[in-house]
Amino acid sequence: MSQTPEVTSTGSRVDQEKERGLWPKIVFVGKLLARDKAGTLGMVMFLIVVFTAIFATWLSPYDPLKQNLRDAKQPPAWSEKGSIQHPLGTDNLGRDLLSRIIYGTRVSLTVGFFGVLIAGGLGLVIGLISGYAGGKTDNIIMGGVNMILALPYLVFVVFIAAILGRSLFNVILIFGFTDIPIFVRITRGEVLRMRESGFVESAISLGATRPRILFDHILPNLIGPLITIATFEMSAMIFYEAGLGFLGLSVPPSIPSWGNMLAVGRKYLTIYPWIATFPGLAIIFAGLGMNLLGDWLRDVLDPRMRRIKK
Amino acid sequence: MQRYILSRLVQSLLILFGVLCIVFFMLQLTGDPVSLMVSRSASPEQMERLREELGYNRPMIVQFADFASGAVRGDFGNSTRHHQPAMGLILARLPATIELATVSLLMSMFIGITLGLLGGSNPGSLWDAIARGAGLIGQTIPNFWLGLILILIFSVNLGWFPTFGRETWNFLGFIPIPTRSVILPAFSLGLFTMGQLVRFTRSAVLEIRGEDYVRTAYSKGIADKRIYVKHILRNAAIPLISIIGVQFGYLLSGSIYIETIFSWPGLGNLLAEAIGNRDFALVQAIAFFTSIVVVFLNLLTDIAYGMADPRIRYGD
Repeated sequence: MSQTPEVTSTGSRVDQEKERGLWPKIVFVGKLLARDKAGTLGMVMFLIVVFTAIFATWLSPYDPLKQNLRDAKQPPAWSEKGSIQHPLGTDNLGRDLLSRIIYGTRVSLTVGFFGVLIAGGLGLVIGLISGYAGGKTDNIIMGGVNMILALPYLVFVVFIAAILGRSLFNVILIFGFTDIPIFVRITRGEVLRMRESGFVESAISLGATRPRILFDHILPNLIGPLITIATFEMSAMIFYEAGLGFLGLSVPPSIPSWGNMLAVGRKYLTIYPWIATFPGLAIIFAGLGMNLLGDWLRDVLDPRMRRIKK
Repeated sequence: MQRYILSRLVQSLLILFGVLCIVFFMLQLTGDPVSLMVSRSASPEQMERLREELGYNRPMIVQFADFASGAVRGDFGNSTRHHQPAMGLILARLPATIELATVSLLMSMFIGITLGLLGGSNPGSLWDAIARGAGLIGQTIPNFWLGLILILIFSVNLGWFPTFGRETWNFLGFIPIPTRSVILPAFSLGLFTMGQLVRFTRSAVLEIRGEDYVRTAYSKGIADKRIYVKHILRNAAIPLISIIGVQFGYLLSGSIYIETIFSWPGLGNLLAEAIGNRDFALVQAIAFFTSIVVVFLNLLTDIAYGMADPRIRYGD
């Protein structure tokens, strides 16, 4: 970071690196990231969340489900009656809040990751078809997409969640499927733009086949915008999952999740305020990391793109 | 312009028909709507009776025709819990939600647009840092959590606002005027919108500042203030229309968390109650009703946008 990049007539050296392979690319992205403080911070925060989720078993001091009524409703360590044994205090059943927050990361990230994977995967395929086929197919697909985007999102998510019932699998499916239109719209827009662009035209004039254009030219250029939007959507899904949990419509109460913790905390808000405070801070931490990272990715990968928000 | 309005109108009607289908078939998703509505201890006979009573034993197509023809007339059947027409329950709760969403929109517009203008016209300054921070905060703080924290600080500890409920003051005896009870829920609900407006206004101002016509105006020696009002603000205002329209729809339909936390007697609260009671006729009615409102708002926004910007009306 301390080393100043060598500047030539066409810009800094970092921009000119053209080595192939995965590792040089990672190094290149790392150098770009180091230039941007907010982006670095976002990446670090995101990695913390990911590591917490992976190593939850080792990190958490207690079993997040273990009830201990004698230690119930303990305030956090820094308040008068708190003890260092439960740094963030305990909830109404004496479960350790820190451990529950650490385990809650797993639910949030699972929902965010698989939700985005489903939505992104299906959205990519549908968007490619829509953008590349054009004509009637495109009209029908985009009609459906615009219709879903015109719906009041939260009302329908709550509606579907109430019908399907509480399970992690259902929550992933709900977000995975309701988020497809966002990815379709981005993919289609990019495909349409690229179809008219010089490099695709050159490829066609050189006699490239359709699959070749699609997989060798268009697909690699879609990765940037899709990853960017995926970062934002992941943070949105974590947010909505917590909201569903708050209403008692997300994962079953036996699974420690930030939303479920908030739902409990709300009941005891005036007497034991810490129960609701910490899961909220965890959501903010995760969301902030992903948003900072997303902002940076957008600037680096595709400066033209503006965030599309439902 | 007429053609533009007409095409948007047809589009909106098509969307509403689609919504009607979604709302109807959603209940059939699990295969048996009645099993969703009864408690687990219900006997098969009880379920059969309910199925008969609510007409779920008829062929699907007949059920759909019945549902759709009712919906067109504003009839969504009766709430199974309240034994009243669902539509009446919705209309009774509507004023509270409109009040909340309107106050929320005004608050977020005032804060969001002001910060966005200050930030965008002084990039790199302290105002810009505040504006960017506000934009980020709006996107990352969950409104349901913010609501809880605000209650804790301002209602419980400081006692400035009521902890929950809606109080209105009747002007001339019949015109309800919002009181301070709306402040906390409106602020929590509007946080996301505020963030969006800051971000949007800021980037619009930044972009327009670099346009040729602004440079021309400067080179002609026009005063800064006049350039801001006449050129930058006017051009930034046009796309703002569409953001504000969409956000108002979001505020009207997205208040379920906030209304639950503050026991605000609006549509969101009714939806949460209906879900808790497994009163799915009412849930369907609310989903369809809010969709109509949102689609109608989008239509109005599109028309206003088309009026303000000729490129939209002819370009499409």
